[in-house]
Amino acid sequence: MNLDFERIMPSLPYILEGIPMTLKVVAVAAVIGIVLGIVLSLMKISRMKPLKWIADFYTSIFRGTPLVLQLMLIYFGSPQLFGVQIDAFEAAFLSFGLNSAAYISEVIRGGINAVDKGQREAALALGVPYSSMMLSIILPQAFKNILPALMNEFITLTKESAIVTTIGLADIMRRSYIVGGETYKFFEPILFAGLIYYVMVMILTVIGKLVEGRMKRSD
Amino acid sequence: MIKVDNLHKSYGKLDVLKGINTSIKEGEVVAVIGPSGSGKSTFLRCLNLLEQPTSGRIWIKETDITDKKANIMKVRENVGMVFQHFHLFPHKTVLDNLTYAPMKVKGLSKQEAQKQGRELLKKVGLADKEKQYPNKLSGGQKQRVAIARALAMNPDVMLFDEPTSALDPEMVKEVLAVMKDLVHTGMTMVIVTHEMGFAREVADRILFLDGGNLVEDAPPSEFFSSPKSQRAQEFLEKVL
Repeated sequence: MNLDFERIMPSLPYILEGIPMTLKVVAVAAVIGIVLGIVLSLMKISRMKPLKWIADFYTSIFRGTPLVLQLMLIYFGSPQLFGVQIDAFEAAFLSFGLNSAAYISEVIRGGINAVDKGQREAALALGVPYSSMMLSIILPQAFKNILPALMNEFITLTKESAIVTTIGLADIMRRSYIVGGETYKFFEPILFAGLIYYVMVMILTVIGKLVEGRMKRSD
Repeated sequence: MIKVDNLHKSYGKLDVLKGINTSIKEGEVVAVIGPSGSGKSTFLRCLNLLEQPTSGRIWIKETDITDKKANIMKVRENVGMVFQHFHLFPHKTVLDNLTYAPMKVKGLSKQEAQKQGRELLKKVGLADKEKQYPNKLSGGQKQRVAIARALAMNPDVMLFDEPTSALDPEMVKEVLAVMKDLVHTGMTMVIVTHEMGFAREVADRILFLDGGNLVEDAPPSEFFSSPKSQRAQEFLEKVL
């Protein structure tokens, strides 16, 4: 195998500059995913059936179609959907966020159900209102249990963000592909992009372990 | 203090409570005993609406808690409950377990809540454990913290749902001792228990439930020496 990194060496900084874009998409999408995911999960365990139906329908749509399709629908459909053409970055974090929320809501729902029913009763017996009970008693315990699954979702999100290439957002993937086109060498820059993604995922994994360790204090 | 009028509870076709009538005066200590499946826990859990009665009425002080318009949260504030399996909040320290509800529900400042929490921990003999997490405690210690947590809300009534049933035998005593102290403060208490010796010693009245009916309601001296019903006689033969 003859690898020639020298030709693409001058372009490596250009590829590295894609990292902030990838991180921004992932970070905003993760926030949307968590917040909307919590709301959806609470709707799913709600006693009001219509709320449950809406949340279940939402999840089925976003899990039942390809992410790249959702991305393109939102990006190319935005003039018809919202009346304005949104830019590629907005389309990226929106579609990833909405998609993530569907998966995260299922994870959180499972986490909430796994919390001992007695916790809820203990809080109710003390006169604690539903919203406080959820926020300070049930969800913290649920999150502790689902942290590995949640971390997994963020890792997937980081890697899957590469498909924003299809709508022309200059992330790591897109830039390595451009470098490939300019130098007629695709293998090396894309291999380099792979290394960047790998390192980012490793960092996320370590962060996950640290947070997990912190949450284990009460064990 | 508490008045129960024709209380029914059923799960589908299963009738767990078949019309309970009783009343409990302020400062009274009532032990609820009976075979398993007799409905005694369900009865207790109806008193703070952890179970929704199917029909019948329950008054706590002046409030009809079975009234749809009654503020259930307000009622629960004043009715403390201790569970068989403690149900301490595992992600909070012992002291935070005691301060959480008073701060959240009653609006106490952190300082006030902590001061009160520490006093209560001292009362149950666990002043040195305030920074521990519940999982580090023994069963008996957990239950004492759970009692202190309920007391932190300054309730008018305390409900105990088999508070010593999940404990190792050597820890039963320490929990009963804390409960005895509480009896001496004049707290109104309703205790579902299998500890006959304890019931006999501290209770003013024994409620004997069987098959969802209140079969006997008598002072312990009377109940334990000369139970009227045959079911109570059989039950006592088995457990004593």
